[in-house]
Amino acid sequence: MMEKRDLKGWLYLLPAMLFLGVFMVYPLVDVFIYSFEEEFNFASQSFKGYGLNNYSFVLRDPFFMQAVKNTFILVIITVPLSTAIALLISLGLSSIKPLKRLFQTLYFLPYVTNTLAVGLVFMILFKKTPVSDGLVNVLIKWFGGEAVDFIDGPYWAKMLVMCVYTIWVVMPFKILILTSALASVNEDYYKAAKMDGTSKLRTFRKITLPMISPMIFYLVITGFIGAFKAYSDAVALFGTNLNAAEMNTIVGYVYDVLYTDGGGYPSYASAAAIILFVIVLTITVINLLVSRKHVHY
Amino acid sequence: MSNKNNGRTANALFKTGVYFGLIVWALIVLFPFYWMLLTSVKSYGAYNAESVPAFFTLTPTFENYVYAFTEVPLAKYFLNTLIYTLVTTFLMVVVTVLAAFAFARLNFRGKNLMFTLFLALMMIPYELVIITNFVTIKKLGMDNTFSGLILPSVTSVFYIYLLRENFAQIPDQLYYAAKVDGTTDLKYLRRVMMPISKPTIVTIVILKIIECWNSYVWPRLITSDQNFYLVSNGIQKIREEGFGRENIPAMMAAVVVVSVPLIVLFLVFHKRIMEGVSRGGIKG
Repeated sequence: MMEKRDLKGWLYLLPAMLFLGVFMVYPLVDVFIYSFEEEFNFASQSFKGYGLNNYSFVLRDPFFMQAVKNTFILVIITVPLSTAIALLISLGLSSIKPLKRLFQTLYFLPYVTNTLAVGLVFMILFKKTPVSDGLVNVLIKWFGGEAVDFIDGPYWAKMLVMCVYTIWVVMPFKILILTSALASVNEDYYKAAKMDGTSKLRTFRKITLPMISPMIFYLVITGFIGAFKAYSDAVALFGTNLNAAEMNTIVGYVYDVLYTDGGGYPSYASAAAIILFVIVLTITVINLLVSRKHVHY
Repeated sequence: MSNKNNGRTANALFKTGVYFGLIVWALIVLFPFYWMLLTSVKSYGAYNAESVPAFFTLTPTFENYVYAFTEVPLAKYFLNTLIYTLVTTFLMVVVTVLAAFAFARLNFRGKNLMFTLFLALMMIPYELVIITNFVTIKKLGMDNTFSGLILPSVTSVFYIYLLRENFAQIPDQLYYAAKVDGTTDLKYLRRVMMPISKPTIVTIVILKIIECWNSYVWPRLITSDQNFYLVSNGIQKIREEGFGRENIPAMMAAVVVVSVPLIVLFLVFHKRIMEGVSRGGIKG
């Protein structure tokens, strides 16, 4: 028997349940079904049967493999580098008093900006046009280097810009999390270390690092997840035709096959999205296993 | 004595080094913003005559801003984004407040199970559900409509969780006292709980506004008609088809116009925003 107070609780919950049910729970089930439906036709909403064809199509698609390669390079370069730089900056921030708040606020600014919009600025900074080599190339030439087209040029140059922009974008979040982690380390430990005459480096290694290690690992895990989902940064730099630019990412591939004119291929998109999900899940589990060994809680 | 002096010099050197590094990073953060502003006030001719880009200009012009609003429907994109952001955020607040209230204050059978399920949903990546949502919205014929844009973007489980935690801290006595006075639940929610939790509600509203203003993927999938483009898609359109020719100063003017509202929001609410993000640990 449903009591009145039960009914009331469910009533308050109803709007959220409706939205989540239609746009999250149902799609979650559906995406798996889609990924096994072979030769799904968007117009007639019909399909031939169930099987693994969509997966094997995606895995054999050179565009997908290119996207996987790009995404992995991006992840492997940007996650450790951005975490390390953020740690350095946060340590700097926590060692000063005057202007600290100003710096903190400034550093957070990129978090709120439109990725597409600022990406265009990075594009013109790095782009080489017939008229001008662009600002970055001017700097390179000042230091005796040779100008490179970072936007339409060689693969490594494009990857470099992509990494630079990605790091610029993710930095605010990491600095914010690390500075608050550093601020929460109990002052008494530092006082005790100072009394014992412990060196700065040793204090960092033996006190600071272990105390903030859970947060560092948290950042590494969320960093991996975020970097695996990179997409709009690439669009901002290289335009929407990422396959032609050889700069597509896994998420970009999913949207491209989904969006293709004439309805697209939700089955391929689903298979690719599930492959991405499996990769991210595996990496996260590995991360958690590693962190259990090394993180001091 | 000299040892102590050495220590002090080393410390001063260290501090100088730290400030130097921090200033360098501040410049890296700010430079793109400076560059977009600078480029947007250079005239088309002047910009294209610079083989080495100038770091400042003595003859700023606003013609690019005029272009940005006249040559492409930037005002339309702006208005669309505004409508999308306001409606989505408003619906999000209604749905979130009601659900958070149910979880924090009401007692009903199945509540704990439901809450666990909600938490589990937080782990679901957006990329997995967007495919079916795209198909659903298309099948319903809601592509190129505001409802198609808005409805799938409304709920954020995370905000429900955040607000529930906040509601749960409000002492029970207040509720029972209100009950004795004959106040209804809805009135109690509106008159007591929402005002007390105002800081959290403001935080989630701002975070949602930022999320909406920057959203790109969903609008791109669901709108092919320019009349429903949001600013992100508009920017991309300008980049690809632009002003008939590659007019970078005008493009930068558009970029400035798109960025200003968020920067203003940030300047006013930076404390709230940073607090909310560090508490929730989310990347919008």
